[in-house]
Amino acid sequence: MSRILATAASEFRIALRNRWVAIATALMVLFSLVLAATGAAPTGDVGVDPLSVTVVSLTSLAVYLVPLLALLMSFDAIAGEVERGTLPLLLTYPVSRLQILLGKLLAHLAILTLALVLGYGAAGVMAFITDPASITALPSLWRLIWTSVLLGAAFLGLGYTLSSLSRRPSGAAGLAMGLWLLFVVLYDLGLLAMVVTDGGGALTTHVLPVALLANPADAFRLFNLSAAHAVAEAGGIGGAAHAIALWKSAASLVLWPVAALFLAWAAFRKVTP
Amino acid sequence: MTSTLKISRLTKRYDSVEALREVSLTLEPGMRMALLGHNGAGKSTMMKIILGLIPFDGGEVSVCGGAPGSAASRAQVAYLPENAAFHPALTGEEQIRHYLALRGESTAQAGELLERVGLGHAARRRIGTYSKGMRQRVGLAQTLIGRPRLLVLDEPTSGLDPVSRRDFYALLDGLAAEGASILLSSHALTEVEARTDRILILSRGRLVASGTLPSLRQEAALPVTLLVTPAEGRAKALAAALPGATATADGRLRLDCPQADKLAVLARIVTALGPQMADLDVIPPSLEDIYTNFSHRDGS
Repeated sequence: MSRILATAASEFRIALRNRWVAIATALMVLFSLVLAATGAAPTGDVGVDPLSVTVVSLTSLAVYLVPLLALLMSFDAIAGEVERGTLPLLLTYPVSRLQILLGKLLAHLAILTLALVLGYGAAGVMAFITDPASITALPSLWRLIWTSVLLGAAFLGLGYTLSSLSRRPSGAAGLAMGLWLLFVVLYDLGLLAMVVTDGGGALTTHVLPVALLANPADAFRLFNLSAAHAVAEAGGIGGAAHAIALWKSAASLVLWPVAALFLAWAAFRKVTP
Repeated sequence: MTSTLKISRLTKRYDSVEALREVSLTLEPGMRMALLGHNGAGKSTMMKIILGLIPFDGGEVSVCGGAPGSAASRAQVAYLPENAAFHPALTGEEQIRHYLALRGESTAQAGELLERVGLGHAARRRIGTYSKGMRQRVGLAQTLIGRPRLLVLDEPTSGLDPVSRRDFYALLDGLAAEGASILLSSHALTEVEARTDRILILSRGRLVASGTLPSLRQEAALPVTLLVTPAEGRAKALAAALPGATATADGRLRLDCPQADKLAVLARIVTALGPQMADLDVIPPSLEDIYTNFSHRDGS
């Protein structure tokens, strides 16, 4: 455990010096505040507190931004060590490859959590100032934070996997962007096309729920939207949300980080310095 | 006394190329062994196998009684890679503290370790601002962590100035005296000459010579060189008296003779030509000569 913590401490320090902590936090705060400001305007007539609306907006934002931040932080993790030539020496130390990965994961998750708490927190504070009734939506904000952390953990693990597979930072960066595009943009487009052509047939009722759960980004969206009953009017994929039990999307969100870490470990074990 | 490192008939192939062929060696506690060879002779490959960084194809390797790369052996082996590299964003002190923590040692020793390699003044500066020699010292400092039983040093003195090299070998002497075994590779043959107990010469993956410097000298059977400085105005007469000698650029005469005939030749020259000489130097074959001899024997 002390070796994991020591690795995490060094990684956190490096991220701090490389301005990653500042960049991640600034991005989250900026986007959250913009959403809070624009999302709070139309709520007066609907009768929903501004924070509930903001949480729904933040969910849509997080689906794009959290995986992006996680991949940006992780693509260099192994490939960077290989390129700098620091990996051979590190691997002669009495520290296992899993411990190295866990140390990096811990540091990157800490940075991500910090950025999320500050970003979402800023949006929460703003909503509360607009309408003190927002306090009732606090549980959904809390839910958004921990699910975002799990989503981030899944993509951090996937990033380490790509980093181990490509062994060159430039190659890993390319793969990471490809993965982001695939999971966050193309996957949903594909599903949409499927639903449209199928017209409510077997694909929509049987394949779609499984497909949504198989993608951590969709599972994240499903979970947060179906948990937020108060704002069912969010529409879009939220419509599908009610057809899938809450525990299933939660299970997908918990299993993905574990599976991604396992993938990363398997890939890292194959790296010969 | 158990050997720190035991390698027998080690073979390693990269596709069709044989990087190491049936190499055997034993390293006892307190012994300093130098590994010599051209680039690509297999030195770094052998070191990486000993450290468990790469697999091997044949033979046996035992490091501190365990398999190379096992948790037990990693805890007792220190490594200095060729061109040691570290994360440029960390300071020397932070980097050493990290390595201390990974070895389960108190991080408070970082300052003292850096002091020992002469980096105390730069401990709080980022490694990105260090020169090559300074990075090499950070590398040396991390090999001193804990009490390693085996130190594997790949070109440890590259990038160090002569004074630092001397300090470095003094450090190694101290470690060896405490019972640590040292395996180092080097291109600087002259410095290895005086500072190691045993010399190994690798050529194209094969061990072509192994032994102490005197035993290698004997085995190589290279001629001894006699350099004769003629007395004032006697150069011509002297050259006539020594028909086998060649004149050097600075006006001296150079004579090669087999190791076994050295004393006889010396006696003859001194008694017969004594008054015509100003000076006489006897030069044994250098490690460079021996190295060249052995690494060219297999036809390379």
